[in-house]
Amino acid sequence: MTFLLAVIVGVLYGAGTYLILRRSLVKVIFGLILLGHAANLMIFTVGRLTKGAPAFVPKGTEALVEPFADPLPQALILTAIVIGFGVQAFTIVLFKRTYQSLGTEDLDRMRSTDELPGEKQ
Amino acid sequence: MYSIILSTASRYLLLLLLIFSVFLLLRGHNEPGGGFVGGLVAAAAYALYFIANGIEAAKTVLRFDPLRIIAAGLITAIASTLPSLVAGERFMTAFWIDTGIPFIGKVGTPLLFDLGIYFLVLGITLSIIFSLAEEDRS
Amino acid sequence: MNRIVMLPILMPLCTAVAMIFFRRRILLHRMLNAAGMAAMLGVSLVLLSNVKAGGILSLQVGGWEAPFGITFVADMLSSIMVVASAFIGFTTALYSLGTIDEKREHYFYYPLLQILMMGINGAFLTGDIFNLYVWFEVMLISSFVLLVLGGRPQQLEGAIKYVTLNLLSSSVFLAAVGILYGTAGTLNMADLAQRIPLLEHRELLSVVAVLFMITFGVKAAMFPLFFWLPASYHTPPVAVSAIFAGLLTKVGVYAIMRFFTTIFVHEEAAFIHQVLLVLSAFTMAVGVLGAVAQYDMRKLLSFHIISQIGYMIFALALQSPLAIAGALFYMIHNIVAKTNLFYLSGIIRRLKGSWDLREIGGIYRFYPMLGLLFLVPALGLAGIPPLSGFWAKFLVIKAGLDSEHYLLVGVALCVSMLTLFSMIKIWNEAFWKDDPLGEGGVEDEAYLKMPGMRKAMIVLPIVILGTVTVVFGLWFDPFFGLADKAALELLDAGEYIDAVLGGKS
Repeated sequence: MTFLLAVIVGVLYGAGTYLILRRSLVKVIFGLILLGHAANLMIFTVGRLTKGAPAFVPKGTEALVEPFADPLPQALILTAIVIGFGVQAFTIVLFKRTYQSLGTEDLDRMRSTDELPGEKQ
Repeated sequence: MYSIILSTASRYLLLLLLIFSVFLLLRGHNEPGGGFVGGLVAAAAYALYFIANGIEAAKTVLRFDPLRIIAAGLITAIASTLPSLVAGERFMTAFWIDTGIPFIGKVGTPLLFDLGIYFLVLGITLSIIFSLAEEDRS
Repeated sequence: MNRIVMLPILMPLCTAVAMIFFRRRILLHRMLNAAGMAAMLGVSLVLLSNVKAGGILSLQVGGWEAPFGITFVADMLSSIMVVASAFIGFTTALYSLGTIDEKREHYFYYPLLQILMMGINGAFLTGDIFNLYVWFEVMLISSFVLLVLGGRPQQLEGAIKYVTLNLLSSSVFLAAVGILYGTAGTLNMADLAQRIPLLEHRELLSVVAVLFMITFGVKAAMFPLFFWLPASYHTPPVAVSAIFAGLLTKVGVYAIMRFFTTIFVHEEAAFIHQVLLVLSAFTMAVGVLGAVAQYDMRKLLSFHIISQIGYMIFALALQSPLAIAGALFYMIHNIVAKTNLFYLSGIIRRLKGSWDLREIGGIYRFYPMLGLLFLVPALGLAGIPPLSGFWAKFLVIKAGLDSEHYLLVGVALCVSMLTLFSMIKIWNEAFWKDDPLGEGGVEDEAYLKMPGMRKAMIVLPIVILGTVTVVFGLWFDPFFGLADKAALELLDAGEYIDAVLGGKS
């Protein structure tokens, strides 16, 4: 299972990297989302996979019953997903506004911020 | 796109989903659930209503400005930390009161914090959805 | 009374919430913002004096003992940085009163500024790596919005580059956190410092170290990861550029300092220091060369940020107590001088109506005092005695000579010359030469019509920051004493570990 997840993480990273290298804004945002998922899945995988119950103390007992899954990676991923959700929503709106405002979604044509000293804006 | 079936159903579904979201919020003490999930479900309820009846109707039914809901959620969450400050305990230490009433049981500051999260998530999700919808229309 | 550690984080949050609640009362926003920043400055000064008197303070949130809960720690380094950030926040609050237009104010400019401060202070004070990630995100998302507020095409374009590269670095950060947790089983900084030397499976540690170096390198605008900075920092209003220039990259440098002097000091990560040394030389040189080529004032200053980051990285990679203290002193000096220069560029733009140095001139004839105010941070940045930059560069170069990195010291000195050159270039073009548009030139109408109160709000922060630059230079000893104490704490993690894990809370 770990091996399978490792492969999936690798595929996600590969796809994400490929997409953010594209010139189209839409592909860049997809790439960023895939990279976020890859990182989350990686935390899950590296945090050791266990076939166990969630880390809740069952009724009538005082301590956790083995085997239980480590709750910390799950908490990290949950937080990261929430943050990622907010940031990605913002990014999508930003990219959309940029497309409307500049009339292009080709990154190579967005170079007014890097103009050489001689050129006028 | 207006569908009379969805529009009629969404009115009942809104109430049902809101009750379910409160159930999730309260369940979050000892079992899976909590303010975050509850807030998302509540936001989904309003989102469904918005899809069925349009943005104006959804805003009327929500009554409050989503930004106000965010602020209220944050205030509630911050307020839940006050008891720890007043009592001189370490910051955000939980306080519990055992009401002894069946089904309610112990009530404490984590519940208040969760309630804050519930409103925060509801407000943020709805403000994202509403502003995207308005962007689309203009 | 360790609760004071939380205050620099809680206060901006409360201020921001109050502002969102009264969203239409712009006057209230302005007052709350300035008052909130002033109060934060006061609290952070108290925090610094407490830490100085009583050693490292730590706070376990919710009473969950470290390493299981989230810890906030205020050691010397953190409290100095919090004071610096609150100070810059305060001056920016004043400067915003004079410069920010009402439309931006309606779109939550002030709450965003407060949230930005919360993120920055949180990053400085946290003792937990995942929590650091969260604060970075808080800081980033508010900086994203501040950057695009106003929505001019150029701003959007700059924001795309800024957002994309910073999100990329966040995902690298997340991956590094995941692997570190898998390897070491903890994310508490003090616990890591204690546990990493004893770990059995060390294969992944160097990978983690490199990942952290990359992610903080992007935040700190280190060579070759700086491209987002000159593409975006000149697009928002000056008040926003100034607070970004002063604080955001320094949070990255702070993180590098914290990680590579306290946590990753074992032999698997020692090569990082070598890599940092080489990269610092390139950062210094590329930054200043980029600056020399520019005629747009803000772009010129943006490239200077990169160059100055190089000095800090150079010093902290040397790892001697003197070098770390030098890096910290450099950072504080740079925060003050750089923010000041951005404020000044805003005034020049308002007077002459252009950012382009070739199109303006003759300011000295009409505003000689402004010339003096400009020379203080400009010469300070270049390192002319008796201003603060002289001591900062002196410490860094002394540390470099002590550890026999002669080549790097040579690079640092040459870069220093070029810094002076580009500062003189601004002086010559904007202040000294005759106005190319004739006598007086275009005075910006809007500026002339501004009420005196608003003008005072623009000049006041510049005077305050200029005074600090001079004071740092003339009364160097007490400030160096603080930096030295911080450096010793960083290099010997024992006290830090005791404060967090020793049970006293």
